[in-house]
Amino acid sequence: MTTEAAIRVQGIEKSFKDLHVLRGVDFDVARGSIFALLGSNGAGKTTLVRILSTLLKADAGTASVQGFDVAANPGDVRESISLTGQFAAVDEVLSGRENLVLVARLRHLKDPGAIADDLLARFSLTDAGGRKAATYSGGMRRRLDIAMSLIGNPPTIFLDEPTTGLDPQARIEVWQTVKKLADNGTTVLLTTQYLDEAEQLADRIAILHKGTIIQNGTLAELKQLLPPATVEYVEKQPSLEDVFLALVGDTGDEDDGETETVDVETSAADRTVRARKEPR
Amino acid sequence: MTTHVLGDTGILTGRSLRHILRSPDTIITTAVTPIALMLLFVYVLGGAITTGSDESYIDYMLPGILLITIASGIAYTAYRLFLDMQGGIFERFQSMPIARSSVLWGHVLTSLVSNLTSVAIVIGVALIMGFRTGAPVGAWLAVAGILILFTLALTWLAVIAGLSAKTVDGASAFAYPLIFLPFISSAFVPTESMPAPVAWFAENQPVTSIVDTMRALFAQEPVGSDIWIALAWLVGILVVAYAFAIAAYHRKLS
Repeated sequence: MTTEAAIRVQGIEKSFKDLHVLRGVDFDVARGSIFALLGSNGAGKTTLVRILSTLLKADAGTASVQGFDVAANPGDVRESISLTGQFAAVDEVLSGRENLVLVARLRHLKDPGAIADDLLARFSLTDAGGRKAATYSGGMRRRLDIAMSLIGNPPTIFLDEPTTGLDPQARIEVWQTVKKLADNGTTVLLTTQYLDEAEQLADRIAILHKGTIIQNGTLAELKQLLPPATVEYVEKQPSLEDVFLALVGDTGDEDDGETETVDVETSAADRTVRARKEPR
Repeated sequence: MTTHVLGDTGILTGRSLRHILRSPDTIITTAVTPIALMLLFVYVLGGAITTGSDESYIDYMLPGILLITIASGIAYTAYRLFLDMQGGIFERFQSMPIARSSVLWGHVLTSLVSNLTSVAIVIGVALIMGFRTGAPVGAWLAVAGILILFTLALTWLAVIAGLSAKTVDGASAFAYPLIFLPFISSAFVPTESMPAPVAWFAENQPVTSIVDTMRALFAQEPVGSDIWIALAWLVGILVVAYAFAIAAYHRKLS
């Protein structure tokens, strides 16, 4: 079983009424690697993640996670995965610490309190741990969300657009977390619409377009699909993100959420525009 | 995995009970409307109502008030379930190795605890207003059993609403007809005083048999066949609502 891929997707199809969202998706994800599923909005990334995390049944095809078929052994699949969905799935009425304790207890782990305190420290949330999650900034909420997903050390983690709506510092924090996870042997399947995110993180990148995978390879392989690079002289201008991060400092350890009042919208929009310039 | 059903249900019930403890207004608002109705009927309208018996009016109408309390309280269950699904925490639970039915049972047991708390508050106010009963422990237990069955039946209806609603308003709007149902029953006035078609409806809808049974239990009178009609309604609604709720739940997951 160790030679087998951590995630194996073969011929997966899914329709919602007349809308054919997935039209036969195939790919494998190697153990301990970061695999990025790239696609524009509505490409079917979330549908695929929902099928792999047993929230949705496929119409056709098979998929397995850690060797367990998602349709035949959903219970075993749930033991081996953790899902961080598009919207931070935290309980807003509970404090950060209570959220972590809740998940640890539901995973039937010993000493949930110690697990919670450890994760609060790892995600720089110790000071905010006693506060209601509803008072958290977007970045803190996402960190709590990912921390909740790590409880019980599942071998596979699905991150569905983990940085959508985050400011640049919070994005960098999430990226650092994901890299650390893969370094420790966790298999990460990441969906994103940001090309630079895939470039930064992924060992392999697959492009999901109109319900099928149209390309799948390493960054170097994908780059070779286009004509060889030509040399041009371009004046090096700092990007808005460079300016923003230089001004506010990119330590990303802010817990008070104060820095998030800076006009984040502009920078996020800038990112999206830059991403859209690439061929899709 | 099934060995954890009880434990998981306990953990999830604890979670949503904590929600209620942090916003106790859900229990208080549930109790306020029935208490206001009780004041209105006892001190304003009650004097003009003849119930055809010599018991005090508050003794006559308390069973109906208790049903209204529960009917308005269960709307919060639909509301909380809807918020869970919108927020994504529902999907987190579904993707975790926990018994799936626990997610619903956690909300249902929370509904039971919070509604019975509201009912206790309303009974407390009724006692201050002069409600008296010499009912022995056995009769009280029977009343409690009927109220628990009524809460469970309506809560599973609320689960259907919470699972299939598209908006927050839709999730709680279904409760209004249920709150209204006791008014067209023997809860506040004897059905004989109504026009024939209305009286026919009132006598053949579930609230009348439930109210008559509780009234007889409080007054230490024989419950007759009413209790069996009441139980048939309650169990029937419970089974049907449960089946539809589970079907709606599975539809969410396909």
